[in-house]
Amino acid sequence: MPANLTYLGVELARPRVAFFELSSCEGCQLQLLNNEATLLDFLSLVEVVRFREGMTEAGDDYAVAFVEGSVTRADQELQLAEIRKKAKVMVAFGSCACFGGVNQLKNRFSDQEWVKREVYGDFHVDTQLARPISDVVKVDLMIYGCPVKKEEVERIVTDLLLGKAINHPKYPVCMECKANENICLFDLGEPCLGPVTRAGCDAWCPSNRMGCWGCRGPADAANIPQMARIMAEHGFSTETLLDRLECFGGFAAHVEEIRKKG
Amino acid sequence: MKLSCNISVKHLTRVEGHGNINIRIKDGKLEEASWEVVETPRFFEAMLVGKKWDNAPYISGRICGICSIGHTLASIRAVENVFGMVPTRQTNTLRLLLKHMETLQSHVLHLYFLAAPDFVSLGSVLPLITSHPEVVQRAVRLKLLANDACDIIGGRRLHPTRTVVGGFTMLPEKEQLEKLKQRLLASVEDLKQTAALFTTFAIPDFVRETEFVSLKGTDSYPFIGGNLLSTDGLDLPEHEYKKMTNEYCVEISTSKWCRVSRQSMAVGALARINNNHHLLAPLARQVADQFGLKPVCHNPYMNNIAQLVECVQVVEDSLALIDELLGAAMLEPRQPVAVKAGIGVAAVEVPRGILYHCYDFDEEGRIRKADCVIPTTQNNANIHYDLNALARQCAGEGKTDREIELLASMLVRAYDPCISCSVH
Ligand code: SF4
Ligand code: SF4
Ligand code: SF4
Repeated sequence: MPANLTYLGVELARPRVAFFELSSCEGCQLQLLNNEATLLDFLSLVEVVRFREGMTEAGDDYAVAFVEGSVTRADQELQLAEIRKKAKVMVAFGSCACFGGVNQLKNRFSDQEWVKREVYGDFHVDTQLARPISDVVKVDLMIYGCPVKKEEVERIVTDLLLGKAINHPKYPVCMECKANENICLFDLGEPCLGPVTRAGCDAWCPSNRMGCWGCRGPADAANIPQMARIMAEHGFSTETLLDRLECFGGFAAHVEEIRKKG
Repeated sequence: MKLSCNISVKHLTRVEGHGNINIRIKDGKLEEASWEVVETPRFFEAMLVGKKWDNAPYISGRICGICSIGHTLASIRAVENVFGMVPTRQTNTLRLLLKHMETLQSHVLHLYFLAAPDFVSLGSVLPLITSHPEVVQRAVRLKLLANDACDIIGGRRLHPTRTVVGGFTMLPEKEQLEKLKQRLLASVEDLKQTAALFTTFAIPDFVRETEFVSLKGTDSYPFIGGNLLSTDGLDLPEHEYKKMTNEYCVEISTSKWCRVSRQSMAVGALARINNNHHLLAPLARQVADQFGLKPVCHNPYMNNIAQLVECVQVVEDSLALIDELLGAAMLEPRQPVAVKAGIGVAAVEVPRGILYHCYDFDEEGRIRKADCVIPTTQNNANIHYDLNALARQCAGEGKTDREIELLASMLVRAYDPCISCSVH
């Protein structure tokens, strides 16, 4: 393994980190392997004791637990409680873990038996409503995104290591989008949740001419009524607004409110 | 002859998702050999119901973190088939190039990070970082190239941002394609070295006769759309995919199982080559020959080699696709969409095998019914029955528990299963 990292000449302890996945696509974990350019440097920062998708060895002694995915079955609640006992820092890794992610889209059906039947017919399967992990255990740190942005993960891990406070941007994606000098998608006839979604992804989607779907959840002081007005002014239906707001679970409370108003 | 053995691998490592292997032999008789999938279902087919067509690729791409591009493209194709849209040649070329790059990154990930450690008696690739840095650097270089290519064409390597019904939201710059071409040319040497590395690995000797299903190539090695072909002689149009899958539920698995003419079937790189070997590009064919990979090969461990051959195949084909793009002026990236009611099916070859998406839309383009049949879903029964045959063979040969466990784990890994995807 590469030598330990030093900071201002002081050798830093490499924290022991473990990765776990509940109901997810495992994409957030793969984002780390997908960052080939800095993967090897990253591995020198931490000691990975558990990463089922990449290694057979599985350590139970870790300080930081990265948990990806949402809770959808009773055994996952027990698993989370076990992890919580061992980990000093519990990280909700990606929007599935932070908000329920796309998985919570099934929650919108009032008849959950129908949901099961639609996929499995009469065959019995165990499942519950999809929930964020903070519904079950105390979470110390959220890393947002579907998927997480690897540069951000590396920055957060480095800050964690150096004992620095971890601050998420309070402002919305629009700020990053403007800094990137993009043409606003509304001017191109496309809907976008950039005005209300928490920044930190460097306006990943609008910079590729796809509207933001709000995967990182609401920015501080997100003004949803104003967002609704912008959408309506540009000719987009409430359905289009709701499709995006409800996709990842971050705006669940706002969605409920809009639905109540009808 | 081996009298007793008790193997239970809970949550097999170095595969995507959660599956268990159980093997029990008592008094020389095989009592149980099973492949248990315990992954939690996410119910994508239900969550799509009631959603408008533009949600379909966006949501269903999230079925899989390794082949999100394949899912997105299958979903888009199914929607376009309902709406009766024919993509432009430019869109088809870019989509295929994007798919090739996902195939390359996924196969390289599997070959180096998931499969290779077994052949050198390691638990992961990590120790090689210090002992064989050049090997890890080569793997990283190939994966980086493929992922960078996905970024410039699809906007993002995971859950792409530029791929939409009708084409692309924006196009890569020609200069980026030119650079990609140079990197692809340079990668041929890395792939040759990869092949050389794999010649030093002992591929286990195990054969079980299997029905292999893949797309049927007509004039080129197939990846997107076309007829469905089985080595048992079935040849069906794309929209009759249900006859080529026949999903059903089993107690030991939250993933469904599939069958066609026999008890089980297999899809993936080996199936594709078994059905389309004659369409391999010259260098890919050479690599296949180097390993004696000829149709029909019934050794599932050879899927590793089939993936290696496909890495070369997609690089050779990508070079031709880039030349085509560079040789013409770039046209409009995106066609307008006209919504129609109806049912549409798409069959796309993703890294682990053939993938189907099918949607039924109402007049307003809202989904009435969605169905996704995942490659690993089609392989799970075959993995199970392979494990049975393997356990019997190992028992007869008097192998130790440790040897059996390793061979069984390697067998499952050879399929490169994407378990959470198979449950979705
Ligand atoms: S947040 Fe998105 S990318 Fe991450 S695991 Fe969930 S679905 Fe996959
Ligand atoms: S494209 Fe979206 S993120 Fe960018 S400025 Fe417009 S609304 Fe804001
Ligand atoms: S632009 Fe929006 S949807 Fe895209 S990554 Fe950023 S927050 Fe998520």
